[in-house]
Amino acid sequence: MLNCYMVKFLTKTIEDLSNLAMLTYERIKQRLIEKFGEQLTAFSEPYGMLTFEAPKEMNLKVLNFLFDDEELKFRFLTDLQAVHYPDDKGRELAVVYHLHNLVDNIRIRFKVFTDITNPDVYTATGLFSGANWMERETYDFYGVKFVGHPNLKRILNVDEMDYFPLRKEFPLEDQSRIDKDDEMFGRG
Amino acid sequence: MERPVSYNVNPKPLEKDISIANMPEGHQGEGFFATKLSDVVGLARKNSIWPLPFATSCCGIEFMATMGSHYDLARFGSERVGFSPRQCDLLMVIGTIAKKMGPVVKQVYLQMAEPRWVMAVGACASSGGIFDTYSVLQGIDQVVPVDVYVPGCPPRPEAIIDGVIRIQDLIGKESLRRRNSDKYKQLLESYGIQ
Repeated sequence: MLNCYMVKFLTKTIEDLSNLAMLTYERIKQRLIEKFGEQLTAFSEPYGMLTFEAPKEMNLKVLNFLFDDEELKFRFLTDLQAVHYPDDKGRELAVVYHLHNLVDNIRIRFKVFTDITNPDVYTATGLFSGANWMERETYDFYGVKFVGHPNLKRILNVDEMDYFPLRKEFPLEDQSRIDKDDEMFGRG
Repeated sequence: MERPVSYNVNPKPLEKDISIANMPEGHQGEGFFATKLSDVVGLARKNSIWPLPFATSCCGIEFMATMGSHYDLARFGSERVGFSPRQCDLLMVIGTIAKKMGPVVKQVYLQMAEPRWVMAVGACASSGGIFDTYSVLQGIDQVVPVDVYVPGCPPRPEAIIDGVIRIQDLIGKESLRRRNSDKYKQLLESYGIQ
């Protein structure tokens, strides 16, 4: 037989559990602003995923906080890549981290921007071993220099390549080719 | 819907149940036949090619059909597909070769013993094809000398068989001294081989 005290206790336990499981984007944003204040900017939710920016010097502080915090627990790095915005002077390269909280099944996107003439960003390999190859790939295609990376060299392209092929100033077509007749491609 | 194939536009009636290679030119009489050594060697070589398929993409699927019972490359003496370059005569590069794969193709070519032939199957192996991009080798003739190019994206099995027959013609007519000639050595040197 359930007496009224047991019912109360069970109800409270169920409420506690549901509160714990309800990690929302509002709560994540609140925790981040409590910790970092005005330094985190551009909170938005493109395509339904929480996205925000930090100064590039702070990327490890933010990642460590997201990893260690008992409530946030973003302990899986889904993906890491760069984007080149050639028209955005002083912040041409964006390094984007996709993080996953495996317990609550919540994903967020975290960006840092850097000047293309000084593309130094601290490496996340100390925190996520999986960042090793992802950072090598990002270096390979965009030339982002990950400071402190144990083995920052090309991973997918040939070692002899002397440029970063996904930067916008490089055309997609192979520039070493001499046998192509431009007139045949409507650009004579 | 009828889908005509451009290769077999002129139907050829079956002459015999078993076809035998033509006898080379020579003199014969009662109990003897005399001919050139190069013709005999050529005849033997061209009808027992061991291909090494270097298949990397969709052209490889067409090659599988070519090896299957319907098209049956075995009819041309090439049923023994080898995956060891040291025992093969014909390197068939079938599919897109990325720049990073280029040195591997060259390494496989170097491991083959002379005489060796190379066939580039499909647009990508021949010229880079639609992949005119920073990461794709614009034709395998940038790393190894090529004897026959098979066009198509991907080529039909008939086209691959046509390429093999052209390779057979080259092999059958090749001079026994060609591989020692200065011209051949210059060709290999232009690829940085030897």
